[in-house]
Amino acid sequence: MLVRPKQGILDPQGDAVGSSLRQLGFAVDEARVGRVVDLELEGSDPAAAREQIERMCRHLLANPLIESYEISLEGHE
Amino acid sequence: MTEVPRVAVIVFPGSNDDRDAAWALGALGAAASLVWHAENDLPRDTAGIVLPGGFSYGDYLRSGAIARFAPIMTAVDAFARDGGPVLGICNGFQILCEAGLLPGALRPNRTLTFVCRDVPLKVERTDLAFTARCEEGQRLSIPIKHGDGCYFADAELLEQLEENRQVVLRYDGENPNGAVADIAAVANEWGNVMGLMPHPEHAVDPLLGASDGALILSGLVDAAREHALVAA
Repeated sequence: MLVRPKQGILDPQGDAVGSSLRQLGFAVDEARVGRVVDLELEGSDPAAAREQIERMCRHLLANPLIESYEISLEGHE
Repeated sequence: MTEVPRVAVIVFPGSNDDRDAAWALGALGAAASLVWHAENDLPRDTAGIVLPGGFSYGDYLRSGAIARFAPIMTAVDAFARDGGPVLGICNGFQILCEAGLLPGALRPNRTLTFVCRDVPLKVERTDLAFTARCEEGQRLSIPIKHGDGCYFADAELLEQLEENRQVVLRYDGENPNGAVADIAAVANEWGNVMGLMPHPEHAVDPLLGASDGALILSGLVDAAREHALVAA
């Protein structure tokens, strides 16, 4: 899952990264810094897994006041 | 028995102002007990709680995010919802926000630098226990030392906070961390829970350069004394 500062919320870390990139000569308008959390879950039902991860996000992994999150699932044997 | 109220100072892995808080509370007439985060119960005669400063759980994920699930937090939550006085200082403020006992959130300082210095503060209200010893509009000087002190509330929440007069202290003059509306301290709706970024426990002895923090902590001790009477 991917957590990042909500749109419109000041992201000082992103600003610092953006300004460093510009100093290096890259044409960057804006940078936002988020966080990726890789989770391994056992089971065969993607809907159930997504539901579980949603609950994890709401309880701990993201603070809904300041952060938004996206979940993507990838299956393997 | 209630002359010297029991104030529990919760110690998380990574707390580092717990002993200063306990010392300051003792100097101001309370009996402070350090309570480890893994405990399930507060001391039976607990009449006030301090969540101290530090870097609980290394500030991993978000400051305060993991500490809120510590076993002792169930008892802290119950104590707060029962009307007991709870003060969160710095990391303690972050924990109270994450735990939903206070509104809003604390984010990395706008400057991305750790700030450590005395800051001027303005007292916004004195009808709360924590500021009852201050005068309306009084200017205080209390040190801050934090990396994540940028208080955030969205426009709707901020309006609500202002309407309910939940902003208790504001930075006076320069805003050291980018906090919205210069907010340095916020209380819950009922006024028995307050969080602040400045460290009153580091400003209780003039020998160390400042004593304004004693006003805030004495307010907590007064409230604890009163709570002990009610609970008895």
